[in-house]
Amino acid sequence: MTGSQFGVFGIDPWWLVLLKALAIFVMLVLLTLFTIWWERRVVSRMQNRIGPNRVGPFGLLQSLMDGFKLALKEEIIPKAAHVGVYWIAPVISATAAFLAFAVIPFGPTVSIFGVETPLQLTDFPVSVLYVLAIASIGIYGIVLAGWSSGSTYPLLGGLRSSAQMISYEIAMGMSFVAVFLYAGSMSTSEIITAQEPIWFAVILLPSFLIYVTSMVGETNRAPFDLPEAEGELVGGFHTEYSSLKFAMFFLAEYINMVTVSALATTLFLGGWLAPWPISLWESANTGWWPLLWWLIKVQIFIFVFIWLRATLPRLRYDQFMKFGWKVLIPASIVWIMIVAAARVLRNDIEFSNRQLLIGGAIAIAVLLVGSWFAQGALDRREAARKFIRDEIESRPFEPMAGGFPVPPMPGQQAVLTTRRSNIPVIQQEAIDG
Amino acid sequence: MTEANLGEEIVFWFSGGLAVLGALGLILSRKAVHSALWVALTMINLAVLYVANSAPFLGMVQVVVYTGAVMMLFLFVLMVVGVDSSDSLIETLKGQRLVAIVLAVGLAILLVAGVGAGLTDVVPVGLDEANGVDGGNVQGIARLLFTDYLVAFEVTSALLITAALGAMVLAHRERWLPRASQEELSKARFIGTGHPGNLPSSGTYARHNAVDTPALLPDGSPSAQSIPGPLVARGDVRPVDHHEVEQIESLDGGPK
Repeated sequence: MTGSQFGVFGIDPWWLVLLKALAIFVMLVLLTLFTIWWERRVVSRMQNRIGPNRVGPFGLLQSLMDGFKLALKEEIIPKAAHVGVYWIAPVISATAAFLAFAVIPFGPTVSIFGVETPLQLTDFPVSVLYVLAIASIGIYGIVLAGWSSGSTYPLLGGLRSSAQMISYEIAMGMSFVAVFLYAGSMSTSEIITAQEPIWFAVILLPSFLIYVTSMVGETNRAPFDLPEAEGELVGGFHTEYSSLKFAMFFLAEYINMVTVSALATTLFLGGWLAPWPISLWESANTGWWPLLWWLIKVQIFIFVFIWLRATLPRLRYDQFMKFGWKVLIPASIVWIMIVAAARVLRNDIEFSNRQLLIGGAIAIAVLLVGSWFAQGALDRREAARKFIRDEIESRPFEPMAGGFPVPPMPGQQAVLTTRRSNIPVIQQEAIDG
Repeated sequence: MTEANLGEEIVFWFSGGLAVLGALGLILSRKAVHSALWVALTMINLAVLYVANSAPFLGMVQVVVYTGAVMMLFLFVLMVVGVDSSDSLIETLKGQRLVAIVLAVGLAILLVAGVGAGLTDVVPVGLDEANGVDGGNVQGIARLLFTDYLVAFEVTSALLITAALGAMVLAHRERWLPRASQEELSKARFIGTGHPGNLPSSGTYARHNAVDTPALLPDGSPSAQSIPGPLVARGDVRPVDHHEVEQIESLDGGPK
């Protein structure tokens, strides 16, 4: 994909492309190992424990050893599993997790073995949409794992998980819109350049908050880890998976965490751009330094993930869905409308401060009057319902109303019918002696 | 028309082949879920072809909308309908295969003839020309969608909203009483006449653990709470085997 504005991308020699891909792969695997260790240590500290500290310095090699152990464990495949799909599901999950990182920028143009190249595998005009597309392919891994296990809990967990990810992907996509409007582009590298004076997290704070909330839902992490609600679903979609296949789901979950954190960094925290006090230093945004800023920002997000897990209890499923569909999505739609309107007003029409104040006052007045009318409508509706309710409750229950057996209406009492004999056995015992 | 380079050719034959394979798999697989997966494969490969033809936006939207949302909904329905359900192979409509083949061939001829005839006289201006007008592929699509095709776009969305509304109306249930909150439920449990916690499960300390076997209290008498109410009302409760209770008591050193 070589376009005029993407001149620096797509011209790398083949060995450099391979090198970058390999570097991303290695970095993601290492980050996964580190994140697991970091999560266990941080959660331990928050719970007044110490956490893994035996294997290697500070226990850093613990997750590596756990990984070896997991891979060498016995693999159990249920007899009812649909073998082909059962095999391919973890592969889809893990592959999709790695693929999304192809468009994440790590830094500006640097020189690698004498070749000037950006620290990013590739970029094209719609690379943020590419991340969304890859995420939606990753959901297939989870759904298929749930279905192909041939077991009830994984099926329920898989359906729950994918419903959750699809719902929160909508809110996530909506939070991107304001960023696209301000950056004037959907490519990750251009979004970062557009944040040069000020980060989008500052000017587009509501979008940022919506994204951060939905990214926790998207990665199935606490407090939104309903697919793995062990009290309800055992292990969720991966209940029937063991050994290396389970390890792949594990890997995918942690890489997804890094991916959404990296995307949050790219879209809202200026990507590899240096944060404020450091940005005063002239060469803060040149050479290899930006890689460090990027890593620190991503690690902050990961710390927030861990912090949330240690702090918050899990949500109930219906409340969680209600939150996604009835709070996050409408809120982001309203916010997009405001941002779009503000853009149009600033681009096309010149307004004085006084005009803006008058406009705001009119808007608030309209809202107040509207809410008064809405309240009246709600009251009338409630009164109508109460009337119907009283009407029903005043009537006795007819089990065969209209010639058909019917259940009692709310407020009416059903009569227990008898089938074999109406005498409870316990009474019979008393009669028998 | 410009010639395709080697890379494009490899992508075309690879993705095109996989797309055709997916289409064949859709028709030939026995399980509905497998068919859905083959369609997903076809869609992803079509997206790859779009991207290879310098239509990245179309490619990504294809994956997000069709693979990620539409196909996923199909999968949901298929999975909920039944894990083990397989289609019956008895034809209920007589001669439907013949009609289907005739219609398919007819559609293919129409498509090839119609599209082919429509495209023979078109002189391609080239990608640079087409994308140069608005400064890029995405910008070009955006301009077309929000100017020339705005009405069509809005009408389509109205159609979709109508469908969603219809689904909501069909699934809607009017509530007579307000839904009890968690707090109200908890209060009702403790203040009301019911048992505040879990009821004793059936068959505890009894010979069977079937639902119709009452649990035995320490003195050997059956616990009425351990059996579901409807069973009690129907008189379907299994009587306590007193002989056995006595046996156990004798082992235990007689009744206390």
